[in-house]
Amino acid sequence: MNPVSREKIMKRLLLIAVALSLIILPVILIWVGYNGSGIISIEFLTSRPRLFEYGGIYPQIMGSVYLVSLCTLFGAPLGIASAIYLAEYAPDNRITQSVRFFTETLAGMPSIVIGLFGLEFLVFYLQLKTSLLAGAISLSFMMLPWTIRASEEAIKTVPQEYRAASLALGATKWQTIVNVVIPAAMPGILTGVLLGVGKAVGETAVVWLTAGSGLEAFVPRSLSSPTGSLPMYIYLLATQAHTVEGVQRAYGASLVLLIMFLGVSVSALMARNYYLRRLGN
Amino acid sequence: MSYQINEELLRFRPKMAQDKVIFNDFNLWYGEKHALIDINIAVKSNIVTAFMGPSGCGKSSLLRGINRMNDIIPVARSTGEVLIDGKNIMGSGINVYDLRKRVGMVFQRPNPFPMSIYDNIAYAPLLHDVAEEEELDKIVENSLRGAALWDEVKDRLDDSAFSLSGGQQQRLCIARALSINPDIILMDEPCSALDPIATIKIEALMRELKEKYTVVLVTHNLQQAARVSEMTAFMYIGEIIEFGATRDIFENPREELTEKYITGRFG
Ligand SMILES: Nc1ncnc2c1ncn2[C@@H]1O[C@H](COP(=O)(O)OP(=O)(O)OP(=O)(O)O)[C@@H](O)[C@H]1O
Ligand SMILES: [Mg+2]
Repeated sequence: MNPVSREKIMKRLLLIAVALSLIILPVILIWVGYNGSGIISIEFLTSRPRLFEYGGIYPQIMGSVYLVSLCTLFGAPLGIASAIYLAEYAPDNRITQSVRFFTETLAGMPSIVIGLFGLEFLVFYLQLKTSLLAGAISLSFMMLPWTIRASEEAIKTVPQEYRAASLALGATKWQTIVNVVIPAAMPGILTGVLLGVGKAVGETAVVWLTAGSGLEAFVPRSLSSPTGSLPMYIYLLATQAHTVEGVQRAYGASLVLLIMFLGVSVSALMARNYYLRRLGN
Repeated sequence: MSYQINEELLRFRPKMAQDKVIFNDFNLWYGEKHALIDINIAVKSNIVTAFMGPSGCGKSSLLRGINRMNDIIPVARSTGEVLIDGKNIMGSGINVYDLRKRVGMVFQRPNPFPMSIYDNIAYAPLLHDVAEEEELDKIVENSLRGAALWDEVKDRLDDSAFSLSGGQQQRLCIARALSINPDIILMDEPCSALDPIATIKIEALMRELKEKYTVVLVTHNLQQAARVSEMTAFMYIGEIIEFGATRDIFENPREELTEKYITGRFG
């Protein structure tokens, strides 16, 4: 085969590969939308599950919201604080490098392992029971590495000139970090936090082992209440429902979950743009 | 090559002026590298003093000696004294943050914070709790006036600092340096990133600033040193080769190296 026709064939093949991978996402969206939209109603969104595969998903929606909010409440400050330390204070030595490597690794850690740790350590050893608190803390382990990594990156890309300007005005290092570096890094930090939140929203294995069985009929009333969540609900109905109604509900819950996830992503984008505009870019 | 020395500068005599900053046997190392060697000069009050010399000779390092900005470079280490108004700022018991409030600094590339024009100027006064609200407005206005920028920005104080041109940004940085009400202003090649028109404006501003402040200017540009500075230090590989009235340095250099540099027969 001559090089010119080979070039042409390769180009076609690449194009097909691109088309295939680009088409998967819309197909999933449409698939879920198509199968899930039928069941969506006020009733479905505001009532509790009944007889395993009937009723609504209100406690699951609220459970997911609580879990993710609480997880963010723990994970975001901790992650940002770690990132500040790593980027601004940590000496550039072996220990720091290992911590960084560890964070990278944690980001790829199979979630079932984090779930197992949450179960053994939080649920049993610290006796938090399968609960909102145990679930949220475990989820924040999932979220942390993503938040740390993106935030550290964002803090490091803040130009050195800003720091010099602030220090030369008599600001301390900490004042400089709080008043100049963090605001300038905010778009990146937010992206990091929301990347982590995105991970937490859809996480199944971790909540399964630490938060609740999934079909809880009540919105959690306290930190120690068992807490259902959308991913768990979907998992249960998708694998164990016997009726069309059950499968339909799995799709309906998937659609709601997807919308929540998109909501997080869109707010990430909006927050990012807002800060970028405020920073004047 | 000939230099246009400002007439007003011709009348200047070093003896007429008071010492503001005195370097006594000041030495600086970056790791193993001896970057400043036995510096002994006195920067006079209320004039512009220029540090000039080829790239890497230590101009910026010497400038940073005046507000101890070398402290933030981990490998930097120094010996000797730097006296400001007779007091050794290298000594123990010196609060470096207070020191830097008395010494404003302007950098090579305009580096306004990613904030509004107003917030850039209000930054330091707020940090140092100077200010009630009206007082803050006053500081912002005065600083911008001091940097000859007020008329251009008074109607758009809430705009981002990045909406300004390069020259305006540099004047904003000068205004920001004025906001802490310093007595010394350090400028590290403040015009090297600017076009000729903006450069002229900043040079005019330097001439105004010295009425109230002691100005120290690092420059690569010999013409600039001749245009704005009363005194000039010529540096070469970490040493001060010659220091004196700008007129003398440019018209009768004592050292051969200086003459070579001035006449462009260097290296
Ligand atoms: N942070 C640093 N770490 C190590 N060496 C440095 C550092 N800063 C400067 N030096 C070295 O010290 C010497 C003096 O540097 P300095 O920046 O003071 O020179 P300069 O005269 O301002 O040069 P330029 O005209 O290029 O700005 C140079 O050889 C430079 O390589
Ligand atoms: Mg320099």
